[in-house]
Amino acid sequence: MPTASRKGKPPMSDKIIKNGRVVTDDRLTVSLAEGEAATDIAVPAGPVLVPLAVWQARRDELLARARSGELGVWLAAGEDVAALADDLALLQVIGLHFPKFTDGRSYSAATLLRTRYGYQGELRAIGQVLRDQFNYMTRCGFDALQPQAERYTDEQLEAAIASIDDFTQPYQRSVQDPLPLFRRVERGSGREVQQ
Amino acid sequence: MYQYDEHDQRLLDQRVAQFRDQMRRHLAGELSADEFRPLRLQNGLYIQRHAPMFRISVPYGHLASRQLRKLAHLARGYDRGYAHFTTRTNVQFNWPKLEDVPEMLAELASVQMHANQTSGNCIRNITADPFAGVAADEVADPRPFAEILRQWATYNPEFAFLPRKFKIAFNSAAEDRVVLRVYDIGLDLVRNDAGELGFRVLVGGGLGRTPILGEEIKPFLPWQHLISYCEAILRVYNRWGRRDNLWKARIKILVKALGPEAFAREVEEEWANSKDGPNTITEAELARVSAHFAPPAYEPLPAQDAAFDALLADNKAFATWVKRNVRAHRQPGYAAVILSLKKTGTAPGDVTAEQMDLIADLADRFSFGEARMLHEQNVALADVRRADLFELWQATRAAGLATPNIGLLTDIICCPGGDFCSLANARSIPIADAIQRRFDDLDYQHDIGEIDLNISGCMNSCGHHHVGHIGILGVDKNDQEWYQVSIGGTQGNGTTLGKVIGPSFALDEVVGVIEKLLETYVELRHEDERFIDTVQRVGTEPFKERVYADRQPQRKAAHV
Repeated sequence: MPTASRKGKPPMSDKIIKNGRVVTDDRLTVSLAEGEAATDIAVPAGPVLVPLAVWQARRDELLARARSGELGVWLAAGEDVAALADDLALLQVIGLHFPKFTDGRSYSAATLLRTRYGYQGELRAIGQVLRDQFNYMTRCGFDALQPQAERYTDEQLEAAIASIDDFTQPYQRSVQDPLPLFRRVERGSGREVQQ
Repeated sequence: MYQYDEHDQRLLDQRVAQFRDQMRRHLAGELSADEFRPLRLQNGLYIQRHAPMFRISVPYGHLASRQLRKLAHLARGYDRGYAHFTTRTNVQFNWPKLEDVPEMLAELASVQMHANQTSGNCIRNITADPFAGVAADEVADPRPFAEILRQWATYNPEFAFLPRKFKIAFNSAAEDRVVLRVYDIGLDLVRNDAGELGFRVLVGGGLGRTPILGEEIKPFLPWQHLISYCEAILRVYNRWGRRDNLWKARIKILVKALGPEAFAREVEEEWANSKDGPNTITEAELARVSAHFAPPAYEPLPAQDAAFDALLADNKAFATWVKRNVRAHRQPGYAAVILSLKKTGTAPGDVTAEQMDLIADLADRFSFGEARMLHEQNVALADVRRADLFELWQATRAAGLATPNIGLLTDIICCPGGDFCSLANARSIPIADAIQRRFDDLDYQHDIGEIDLNISGCMNSCGHHHVGHIGILGVDKNDQEWYQVSIGGTQGNGTTLGKVIGPSFALDEVVGVIEKLLETYVELRHEDERFIDTVQRVGTEPFKERVYADRQPQRKAAHV
């Protein structure tokens, strides 16, 4: 039975941005279809991201694959990151889902995972992930950006890397910049508005 | 006022470059309309009824003369020679070309202006007391805090896609001049018993379809924690605010659902993790930013000026203007002046390029090169020598900026409405115009006295109709424009929401309704009672009776 689908189809289904570079990636995101139960869905072999419900239902069974990094867990936008608090030392990949790019909950989830919970592994943005949010995502602690497979050509994805650096010295403290600007740099007294 | 350093400027330049590229990709078909929409909105660009509308931010309402001249330049070069000043101290252009906006942003950036986050579901322009730094009843200057919070909010990576728009205001004086209780976060600058500075924090206010007044969730927040505490509020909201229904997505709905106490506990719990962390504002940073708001080089002047007093005694028109449009100043010999953008025949808040240039010149000549926007859609020159008032009056009178109607019936707050805005259910400018024309007589206006008349073209309430002594709301009924009238709303310390008096009215009935409301007031008022005082004393019933008494039974009113 079909239990998982690659996120989209070729030609460029297996490219993501990892640490600022385009890399090939064959990790499957497993989703529970309507009527499927977390307890009996088949988890395919190889690199996968499974829903929180599957992880919670079958933690013992999946533990070894999680420790090896082959299996990661993804959270839907409304799911509380606290649910993974006890597993963060062993999980090497966590996905946070953007059901729409205008749904900003996963920015807070990422920030919390990285700061409050000290998660060190890969944090992957999945779902409707667009280049115009790469800068904010990266600053909130995402190190892996996985746009939907059909969204960008290889060339566009390569060009999109530039968006990560849209703002090079932001005002805020964030995951990427542990100090706010006023503690990070010596700030000037300003200059007159020039005509 | 605040002057950018290299970091502020670089960030703004990077923003312009970012949007220029986004516009390029949009026009090239690489960025769909849906993907582009939030990006352009967060750069102030709406697609509107006739043309795009472009909303520029004026943080806490402060404008340098060079910035005003730049706005005048944009009005001439990219628009139709005028701009509109809004209730949220933003400036709107109604006729720019879509593809011109990146260039307009670049022009603005050259004078440290922008359209950052003036729309979209993000933290919007932050407002503060327009008389900050000059008001006698001020606790402390709110502008350094407003600027520090502006920087925290600008391109904040965590809070760019909130459930809904988010508005923050600072009050800093005994008299609330920002309508603090209608904000998502209202920060009331106070001193505690030990004399330390901090904020009374209100959350969950907002107008719109479900008007709610903000509730206090923290009686005293030491100023050092302003960022970390606001971040905690925003994080709770971003995570748990409703996203399933546009009309229930504001923070006020979350606060109401949880109750202010439970919401406050959520915030405290979140804040406990970041309190005293790196976001704690340092003394050095506050000092750095505060230096930008140091008082200008006032001349030592006597409080009394015989020549000025003589002019007041001799010239009734001047004296009337001084009485209505001039405010006290904490510095002896100085005054704050309100230039009225409410001349009859002009849409409230509209200002021409020539007027902006003139205001810039007058700011340079008389007020240390700065002007301020008021949420009532007027402009203030905050630091004018009393000895210069007569000359200033003459100059502004010639330009149609000296109508002595501040706080009076024709000083109407009014959104652009259906003439421009694609959200509107009805036009608002023709209502304002009809009211201004009918009650143009200044003696009559002075007899009626202080009254706030606010008009919104739809439930989004940009015209703040809920808090007008008389509020008029445009509603749509079977594709017809109708107007719902409420009375008893107030802004200021005792902010209250008005009550709808009954079924709606057709456009051509509204002026007659206002007339009846005013007649009722004149008959019932006690000496020295304002319209709102009478409404509060006698209730809405006598007003309702009068308004609906002679309505033809067969002429059915729309029940909306």
